[in-house]
Amino acid sequence: MADTQEIIAKLFPQATFEEGDILTVEIPDSQWHDLAETLRDNGELSFDFLMTIVGMDWVEKMGCIYYLTSTKYNKRIAVKVATEDRVNPALTSIADLWHIAGIYEREVYDFFGIIFINNPDMRRLFLSIDWKGYPLRKDYDASPETNPVPEDNERQSDFTQVYTRDADGKIECKEERIFAENDFVVNIGPQHPATHGVLRFRTAVDGETIKKIDVYMGYIHRGIEKICENLTYPQTLHFMDRLDYFSAHPYHHCLCMTIEEAAGIEISRRAQVIRVMMDELSRIASHCLFIGTFCMDLGATTMLFYALRVREQILDIMDKTCGARMTFNYECIGGVMQDLAPDFVEDVKALLKIIPQNLKEYDKLFTGNVITKNRMEGVGVLGREEAISWGVTGPSGRASGWACDVRKTTPYSIYPELDFEEVIRHEGDSMARFKVRMGEIEQSARILEQLVDNIPEGEYCVKVPKVIKLPVGHWFRTVEGCRGTFGVYLESDGTVNPYRLKLATPSLPAAAVVDSLTRGDKIADLITIGGSLDYIVPDIDR
Amino acid sequence: MPYEAWKDNEYIESLVKELQDNGANVVVGSFDKLINWGRSNSIWPLTFATSCCGIEFVSLGAARYDMARFGWEVARSSPRQADFIMVAGTIVHRMAPVLRRLYDQLAEPKYVIACGACAVSGGPFKKSYHVVMGVDKIIPVDVYLPGCPPRPEAMIYAIMQLSRKIKVEKFFGGVNRQEKQEEFLKNHPIPGVED
Ligand code: SF4
Repeated sequence: MADTQEIIAKLFPQATFEEGDILTVEIPDSQWHDLAETLRDNGELSFDFLMTIVGMDWVEKMGCIYYLTSTKYNKRIAVKVATEDRVNPALTSIADLWHIAGIYEREVYDFFGIIFINNPDMRRLFLSIDWKGYPLRKDYDASPETNPVPEDNERQSDFTQVYTRDADGKIECKEERIFAENDFVVNIGPQHPATHGVLRFRTAVDGETIKKIDVYMGYIHRGIEKICENLTYPQTLHFMDRLDYFSAHPYHHCLCMTIEEAAGIEISRRAQVIRVMMDELSRIASHCLFIGTFCMDLGATTMLFYALRVREQILDIMDKTCGARMTFNYECIGGVMQDLAPDFVEDVKALLKIIPQNLKEYDKLFTGNVITKNRMEGVGVLGREEAISWGVTGPSGRASGWACDVRKTTPYSIYPELDFEEVIRHEGDSMARFKVRMGEIEQSARILEQLVDNIPEGEYCVKVPKVIKLPVGHWFRTVEGCRGTFGVYLESDGTVNPYRLKLATPSLPAAAVVDSLTRGDKIADLITIGGSLDYIVPDIDR
Repeated sequence: MPYEAWKDNEYIESLVKELQDNGANVVVGSFDKLINWGRSNSIWPLTFATSCCGIEFVSLGAARYDMARFGWEVARSSPRQADFIMVAGTIVHRMAPVLRRLYDQLAEPKYVIACGACAVSGGPFKKSYHVVMGVDKIIPVDVYLPGCPPRPEAMIYAIMQLSRKIKVEKFFGGVNRQEKQEEFLKNHPIPGVED
C-alpha cells in the first residue's frame, strides 16, 4: 500500500490520503484525469478495472468516489473528487480511459446532476428526459406532484449532449446525434420475449447487420438506493432480494457483512457456513435457470423444463429453511434468521447426487448439438482487455480469460478454507460463457460436498443490539454474486440510517457491453449474445 | 383450502345475481354457456414480466406447476393474441405508458390480473419516487393477487378466479368491455389523444 501512496504523492503533490483498509486519495478535479491515466497506465500501479463510481452529495459539496482495482497486483484504491458548486456541478470525465465509465457517469448525472465534461453521451440513464430534479440529492423534492405518473408516451430524443470546456474554462454544451442521420433504427423491447425483462435496444441496422445499439434502461428503476436512506439498517436488507432475485443470498451476505464489519459484530462459524452453503445453492439454482432461459432463447424450449427440475429441488430446500421460494430475507445482521430445517443435510445430499447426472444430460441434449455450436461458437467474442475495461465480471468475465472471482481475489467468510477451482476459459464467445456456468455448477457442488457434513454446532445468530447504529465512516465490500462482482458502498453519519448506500451490480456492465459486442454481427445473434451475458434487468436498474 | 372458501367471492356472486335478475334468452343463453365454457378454459396470457414475480410465472409454466393442465400455457408474445395480462412485477413511471399501450392493444374481451404486492399497491417500494403505486392507477384490474412474490399455487388460484368470472359473464351483448374501457378512458384522459 505504502508504495502506491508514494508514487502518487510524488507525481501529484496536491493529493491527500486517507488510510483505511482501502487507500483513499482525494484530488482536485483539475488533476483527476491525469491521475486516472497514471493509475491505469503506470506499470507499478496498473489499476485497470473500474469497479464503480459512487455519486455523493455531502451537502456542502458534491462529488464522486471511484473504486479501482489492479488485476495485476490485486490491490484496490479509492479516489475522491468533489466540487463545491451545487448549481452547476461539473467534473472531468474519464470515459476515454475506461469504456464502462461513460455509463457510470451517466448514472451519476441522472441521480445527482453532476455534469461530466467530455463525456461523449451525457444523457439521463434511468429517468426520462422530462424528469424534474435529481432524486439522490439530499434536497430532492420527493412529493409525487413534482413528477406524476406519466400518462402519455415518453418524449424521445435522437440527440445527446456533449459538454466541453473552452480555453477560459467556460462550459459549452453541444447537441450530437446518437445515430447517423440516415440510419435505419429498429426498436427491440421493452416488451420483448428475448430481452429477458424490460430492457430496450434501439438498434441501428444495415440490412441484417447491427451498426450500433443504444441500450435504453430504466423501465424497472425502483429507486432502491434512495428508499434505503430513510430506513434503518435491518430494514434495508430485504431490498437485496429484489435486485438480482437469483443472487438473493450472496447479495444479502454482502450487505450483512458490510454492516457487521462497520458495527464490529463477529458472527458464529455456524452462521458463516450456512451463509456460504446458501450462496452456493443459489449459484447452482441461478445457473440452472440461465441454462433454461438461454436455451429457450435459442429455441430449445424443452431444456427449460430439464433445468427447472433441478432448480425446483433447490427451491424446496430453501423453502423448508427460509420459508419462501424467492425473496428469502434469510441472512440478517448477526447471522441468519432461522436455524436450518431438520432435513436440510439430507436434502442437500440428495441434490448433490443428482447434479452430475443432470449436467451430463444437459451436455448430451444441448452442448454438443450442431445448431448450438453454429450459433454460439465464435459469436460475440469479448477479449480479456475489453472485458476488464467494460467491467464485465462474473462467469462472463471468466469466459474471456479474466480471473475475477471475488471468492479467490479478495476472499471473504470461509472461502479461503474451501477447495474449489475458478473456472476460466479463454475463447470469450457465447459458448465459453455457457460452459463456464456449467463448470461453476460442478464447483459449487464441490463446495457443498465439503460443507454438508461439517456444519458446526453453535448459535445461528449472535445477539446484536436492538437498534443498530454505525460509527461515522465509509465501507466498500464485494462478494461474488451469481452474475459477478457485487459491491456495496455504505457511508454512515453515525445515525440509524445509512447516509448513502450504493449498490454496484454486475448486470449494468453486462448490459452496457452489448453495444460493442454485437456491432457487425447479425441481428439474430443479438439474442444469443444478450442471453449468454445473462443480465437481470432489475439488477441493472435497481 | 376448503371448497367453500374457494367459492367465497362476493364479486362473482354479484355477477351471478345480475345474470339471474336480468334473465337471458334460452337460445342466446345456451350459446353464451358454450362459448364461455370454451373461453374460460383457454385463457391465454401475454408474456409480460418485469421483475421477480415474473420468475414465479415462469415456474408456473414449467413441469411442476404445469399451467397447461388448465389451458393457460399458450403465453403469447403479442398482445393482439392474448386474453389477459398478468402484470407480474413492479411498474415504474417509465414503464407505465408502455403497459397502458399493451393493454390497449389486447383484443376484446380482455382481463388484467395484478400479480404481486408491487402491482397491487407498490408493495415494498411504496416510498419510491419512480414506482407506480398499483397498476389500477393506469389500467382496470380484474383480479388482485397479493404476495411478494405470490406462490405459483396462488397464481393458479388467481387465474381460476378469473376463469370463474368469465364463466358467469354474458357473452352476447354482455362482455362489452368496450364500454367499460371507454368509461375508463373518460376518467383517465390522455392529453392529445382522441379515443
Ligand atoms: S411483489 Fe415482490 S416479488 Fe413481486 S415484483 Fe414486487 S418486489 Fe418483486
